[in-house]
Amino acid sequence: MEMPTPQAGILANKARLIEMLQAVLPAGAVIHDPVETRAYECDALTAYKCPPLAAVLPTSTQEVAAVLRICHAENVPVVPRGSGTSLAGGALPTADSIVLGVARLNQVLETDYDNRFIRVQTGRTNLSVSGAVEERDFFYAPDPSSQLACAIAGNIAMNSGGAHCLKYGVTTNNLLGVTMVQMDGTVVEIGGAHLDAGGLDLLGLICGSEGQLGVVTEATLRILPKPEGARPVLIGFDSNEVAGACVSDIIKAGLLPVAIEFMDRPCIRATEAFVGAGYPDCEALLIVEVEGSPAEIDEQLGLIKAIARAHNPVELRESQSAEESEKIWLGRKSAFGAMGRINDYMCLDGTIPVSSLPFVLKRIGELSGKYGLDVANVFHAGDGNMHPLILFDANKPGDLELCEEFGAEVLKLCVEVGGCLTGEHGVGIEKRDLMNVQFSHDDLEAQLQVKDVFDPKWLLNPAKVFPLEATRIRRAA
Amino acid sequence: MTPNSESDLAEIVASAKRPLAIRGGGTRPIGSPVAGDALSLGGLSGIELYEPGALTLVAKSGTPLAEIEVTLAAEGQRLAFEPMDHRALLGTKGTPTIGGVVAANVSGPRRVQMGACRDYLLGVRFVDGAGRIIKNGGRVMKNVTGYDLVKLMAGSYGTLGVLSEVSLKVLPQVETAASLVIQGLSDARAISALSTALGSPFEVTGAAHTHDENGTPVALIRLEGFENSVTYRSGRLRDLLKTYGEVEIVSDPNTVAAQWQKIRDVEMFKGDPRDIWRLSVKPSDAPGLVARMPLGRDVTYDWGGGLIWAACAPDTDLRTLLGDFAGHATLIRASAATRARIPAFHPEPVPIATITAGLRAKFDPRSILNPGLMG
Ligand SMILES: Cc1cc2nc3c(=O)[nH]c(=O)nc-3n(C[C@H](O)[C@H](O)[C@H](O)COP(=O)(O)OP(=O)(O)OC[C@H]3O[C@@H](n4cnc5c(N)ncnc54)[C@H](O)[C@@H]3O)c2cc1C
Repeated sequence: MEMPTPQAGILANKARLIEMLQAVLPAGAVIHDPVETRAYECDALTAYKCPPLAAVLPTSTQEVAAVLRICHAENVPVVPRGSGTSLAGGALPTADSIVLGVARLNQVLETDYDNRFIRVQTGRTNLSVSGAVEERDFFYAPDPSSQLACAIAGNIAMNSGGAHCLKYGVTTNNLLGVTMVQMDGTVVEIGGAHLDAGGLDLLGLICGSEGQLGVVTEATLRILPKPEGARPVLIGFDSNEVAGACVSDIIKAGLLPVAIEFMDRPCIRATEAFVGAGYPDCEALLIVEVEGSPAEIDEQLGLIKAIARAHNPVELRESQSAEESEKIWLGRKSAFGAMGRINDYMCLDGTIPVSSLPFVLKRIGELSGKYGLDVANVFHAGDGNMHPLILFDANKPGDLELCEEFGAEVLKLCVEVGGCLTGEHGVGIEKRDLMNVQFSHDDLEAQLQVKDVFDPKWLLNPAKVFPLEATRIRRAA
Repeated sequence: MTPNSESDLAEIVASAKRPLAIRGGGTRPIGSPVAGDALSLGGLSGIELYEPGALTLVAKSGTPLAEIEVTLAAEGQRLAFEPMDHRALLGTKGTPTIGGVVAANVSGPRRVQMGACRDYLLGVRFVDGAGRIIKNGGRVMKNVTGYDLVKLMAGSYGTLGVLSEVSLKVLPQVETAASLVIQGLSDARAISALSTALGSPFEVTGAAHTHDENGTPVALIRLEGFENSVTYRSGRLRDLLKTYGEVEIVSDPNTVAAQWQKIRDVEMFKGDPRDIWRLSVKPSDAPGLVARMPLGRDVTYDWGGGLIWAACAPDTDLRTLLGDFAGHATLIRASAATRARIPAFHPEPVPIATITAGLRAKFDPRSILNPGLMG
């Protein structure tokens, strides 16, 4: 993976830069010892590593602004960081960059149940936002599987999704406002407790901009009352194609489950061995969850089971208790971790029209044969967001490159059938060089000019999202 | 000018020597008046793709909204964001187009629970001010590939680009709907009742406070879904709200539909000679703000109180009278003279205005796309 060559001038200037940063931050908030900066050398895309020049951990919006003003004046690249769980290399530093971590910005600022929002600092983890409103039976809907660790900052930057976004939407649909610091230190407030923008929808633009337009320090998030209850049903099939067809039929029937998740046999087996979720051993498994009162749940699940039966499932099992439901979801949310115990893997994230699921799953199977690398599938089937996990051996020379080639071919396939490169993990460095597959020169230019407006010097997370070739002149300017 | 294809459109924009006044069906003349050559999108019409099983529809921007709604209804589906029809309120004629809905980010009562037009917009194709054809987003339900210009285009009123095609997420229609009605509440009590309903687990899809023909205040709460479920939730919600007064349950679907269409289209102010303002605020702030409005005004609330429609004496600068408040106010209907004097869109603080101006300069370098419409 090509990254820009570190600028010698910045490396040589390290001592002075550290002093300047220390002058505006509390003691212990500037990490510059090479032993300690190693902690910031990568995110969850661990195949790529590079310790930054330094990492800073500010504790207020004003401190973030002070850091950015210094880096802006000194022309030092800045890589914003939440919890470092990005699977796309979004938080990967370069040797001449400052990692700006928001982990110490983790307070709840305001909770308002009447108006159904919470305002938090963005270093707070996703799960602890829901935790903060649980006492009143509210929750924050977007639930990435990494929710125990990932921060709202990263969720906003990546526009993260989760298993339940089929009903509740992804981050952008649940974000009401942000406080953001621009690269030159200007603090802007966008949105708030009210709905929709009064002018251009800048909030929508910032969400999913992968840390390239500003550092988001505070967020107003929509919170929702918890449903009366929820219950999943497990539906097992002896082929991926039939499972895909069943998903399409459920959606066509006008039912709107909160989640339709898909797992194939390799993933089921790994997950069973890891957490013992009680999954049947079958070729393809759907977890379909509905919400409401017990009677409402019975009615909806009755209809869903009738549709499933028409596809001759090998297993059809409704959860019988809250504990069983919890186990079923624990399994799904641990699936990546379970695969990681037995193999190195690369997780793809392309989205396709739901109608193409059977075809694409079949093609992935064929490509797996062609490349000689196994694939496990676990994903959000209801919205076509696939997660093929390509298994490889990091210690075997050439295996990573082979895996990346395989991955690129799958993503091209996703675009070909009318889909996209990434549904929720973001482009980062990982899919940067495939952007030309999905976008024309003018399509990309329209996006690049947005960054020109927010960050004319191209200092914020500069080597991400776009092909390096497309941004070279701008970064050098 | 009425281009018949996207490439025609691109050529017209690229070779334009003067500003363009862009129109879909011409039913939503919102914003400051624009002087320019009329560019109509009526020639770019037709549904290009509709996959009920994938909940997606792609249409050219000039496609009549009605055509889309009929096509969806035939498959038991609908646009969940329930776009308002502005014709009654603005006294306009013509055929609303999907491009106009998107360009103005038009939503209805369901916005409070299900999201706005922008939340259902999956992809766009547009021609920017330099005549370049640009696409963003796509036709799949989850997509974070590159920056989200889709949201940026929604509600940009044609000032950043002329939409040629939009792709939308659609949802199943519901089996039935019911309204819970409480009469005679003060504004503050009504908003409190609506908040209680929206904070319950019973999935309210509409929460409004208005007046009936006799001037009696009426708070309305809508529930939708399968029949048994709606019956069950209506009962539970009535119990929850009984401290606010007597709760009537309206369960005839046609009556319910008519009630919410009136709210959606703000029919209450149809033909009213006063100026119409639209405010988006924190719901619990709404009654206090309304109390500060000048005498001789009437209001109606939607979105649990978060959306205020106010009819005020002509040529009143409501923003100046209200002073600073969290949220924004748009002047929706007024004489041309008033709209030339009072900005239609809420003035922005300097750093935001700087970003907005920067984006406009990039997307429309010659200032020819509805210049000045948004201020
Ligand atoms: C096991 C596992 C499961 C996962 N499951 C899901 C899933 O179900 N759904 C999903 O969507 N993702 C999932 N992810 C991916 C990842 O968790 C998300 O992308 C998450 O939102 C990243 O959050 P973070 O705080 O760790 O961000 P980081 O990894 O620290 O950063 C991510 C990006 O955000 C930018 N950024 C960070 N902070 C800021 C800030 N304050 N201002 C501006 N930009 C900033 C960074 O520069 C980077 O580009 C998973 C990851 C793992 C490891």
